[in-house]
Amino acid sequence: MALVLLVFLVAPIVMIAVVSFWQATEFSIIPAFEFDNYEFLFGSSVTYRVFVNTFKYALITWAFTFLIGFAVAYFLAFHVRSLTWQIALFLLCTIPFWTSNIIRMISWIPFLGRNGIANSALMSWGVIDAPLDWLLFSDFAVILAFVHLYTLFMVVPIFNTMMRIDRALIEAARDAGANGLQILWNVIVPLCKPGIMIGSIFVITLVMGDFITVRFMSGSQSANVGRLISNDIALLQYPSAAATAMVLLATVLIVIAILLRFVDIRKEL
Amino acid sequence: MTLKSISRRGVLKGGAAFAAGSTLGAPMIWAQNIKDVTLRQFGTGVSNLNEVAQKVKEDLGFTLEMTALDTDSVTQRAATQPNSFDIADIEYFICKKVWPAGNLQAMDTSKIKNYDKIVGIFRDGKLTPESVIAQGTAPHTVGFTSGPDGTDFVQEESGWMTLIPTIYNADTLGIRPDLIGRPISKWAELLNPEFKGKASILDISSIGIMDMAMVIESMGEHTYGDKGNMTKEEIDMTLGIFTEAKKNGQFRAFWKSFDESVNLMASGEVVIQSMWSPAITAVKSKGIPCVYQPLEEGYRSWGGGIGLSAALTGLERDAAYEYINWYLDGWVGGFLMRQGYYSAVPSTSKDYMSENEWGYWFEGKEATDVITSPFGDPLAQAGETRDGGSFEERMGAVACWNSVMDENQYMVRKWNEFIAA
Repeated sequence: MALVLLVFLVAPIVMIAVVSFWQATEFSIIPAFEFDNYEFLFGSSVTYRVFVNTFKYALITWAFTFLIGFAVAYFLAFHVRSLTWQIALFLLCTIPFWTSNIIRMISWIPFLGRNGIANSALMSWGVIDAPLDWLLFSDFAVILAFVHLYTLFMVVPIFNTMMRIDRALIEAARDAGANGLQILWNVIVPLCKPGIMIGSIFVITLVMGDFITVRFMSGSQSANVGRLISNDIALLQYPSAAATAMVLLATVLIVIAILLRFVDIRKEL
Repeated sequence: MTLKSISRRGVLKGGAAFAAGSTLGAPMIWAQNIKDVTLRQFGTGVSNLNEVAQKVKEDLGFTLEMTALDTDSVTQRAATQPNSFDIADIEYFICKKVWPAGNLQAMDTSKIKNYDKIVGIFRDGKLTPESVIAQGTAPHTVGFTSGPDGTDFVQEESGWMTLIPTIYNADTLGIRPDLIGRPISKWAELLNPEFKGKASILDISSIGIMDMAMVIESMGEHTYGDKGNMTKEEIDMTLGIFTEAKKNGQFRAFWKSFDESVNLMASGEVVIQSMWSPAITAVKSKGIPCVYQPLEEGYRSWGGGIGLSAALTGLERDAAYEYINWYLDGWVGGFLMRQGYYSAVPSTSKDYMSENEWGYWFEGKEATDVITSPFGDPLAQAGETRDGGSFEERMGAVACWNSVMDENQYMVRKWNEFIAA
């Protein structure tokens, strides 16, 4: 186990760290120990803007996936009584995931386009007079796609922890005079914390590491850190890409460390 | 398959395998052997077509494996993975970047049957004796090297080519005439506020920057010394103007792959954008009007060719030469010209095109009958003429060639900022 981690996790990261200090010309990479890549990265205002944008996507997507994911999991766990139905409905949630991520994402494009289904429907209902341009190739489209793609990653762990909650606790709370909202807030949410945290880690790391959704849904007009890295790689700037990747890795690790301060997942599981 | 094209080594190899010494038997053995040859070719989607691979199998007997990648990935692979391909189908400006690395081998023009018929653009740079050579990386400047092991470029026809030219065209803006409803005649229209939210430019830095330069010159903002080799200040200024336009919402999207540009145009998301000729063809074949608009300032042109991997030797190399000769022999040329490109040896392609097709695509004449794409979709009706006219009119109005700048690395970083801005 240690060996597997060493070979497939630690070694590649060390390699990336090493390469991030190298120099690159247009078509060759020169081993060196220079801080040029980091200097350029931290010296450019674009970097900061892109990081802010990445956090913005992560935060908004997290909020929506959490609200939707929690609601769906709650419905499945507490409102659907029979186990058969729970399993059936749960599988229903996973059906869209039988196709590829990219197809699910790209299928939004004709739907949201200027002459797409959404705009023509809204126009025929008389809600709008002219097509809404911001539906596609905008931050709205990016976040919509993210929420669509990643909500299930929130549903599954939350549903899992909800199913482990001892129903007697809820009855006890009710007997003690708590109303529905109080039960939700004082009993269910605290007991779901590990699930919420695992789901949050999934969603946040996925969104922060993504580049393809941002590229397609924003029509290449918005950028997050993943796109900076992919652009660098496309242009053969591996050291610069490696430096950006190290900074992103550090950022994501800090975010996760903060999240883990709230819940001790090991203890709770 | 001529006897001339069989190298000593190929014969020896074939001979050794079958333990046959006589030269008379050799061609047969060679013919047997070549069926086992597989050549791996990669390049951009423009000419990496399965139809070509099929026809190679039919005509020459060996297998050609095609990999189509986007422009950046092509450069990346040619530069960093020399063992992953036998034949590189790349553009001349990529050659300028990749050639000095020594991953490709020089090609002996005496083995190229139709070398003398290759158009002047790829030899001395002149379409006609009076032509002025356009700005940027003109193909002939990186088309020749000093000898079989050269990693330099020479300006005369040295007999050793870096790439064998195969395909080229003059690019301009594509427009949706039905959605614009007025004539478009200048590159500057790309940034016209009239098309706010309905314009697009391609997100491939080396090509995009040239389109931008065409626009900026057309706007009268600046006249470049060489659009293909800007100074840092010019790069800042160019991208500055476009960043401003981006922030004002001028662009609907940027595209990176051919299909994206087709979808943007066909769906009406975009009405004016940088575009490539077959993308226009693809939009038209859906029955949607689309014009490859000739503009006053001229075209941004590009050329592609076939290069051989430095690792290629023996029978495989012979097969590759055979393939190159076949490539210039006309069938592929005709196939490409019927999509709107030009063949490096137009005279041989003529034999593989109908008189109507040749007149429409090459001579800029009115079609006498329906013009269809090689895939059978109708592209033009009788009486229509090609956008931009004849070969001489189009290739004669080239304002600049796709290029790599001295300040390429700086430009790339600035481009990245433009996309992220």
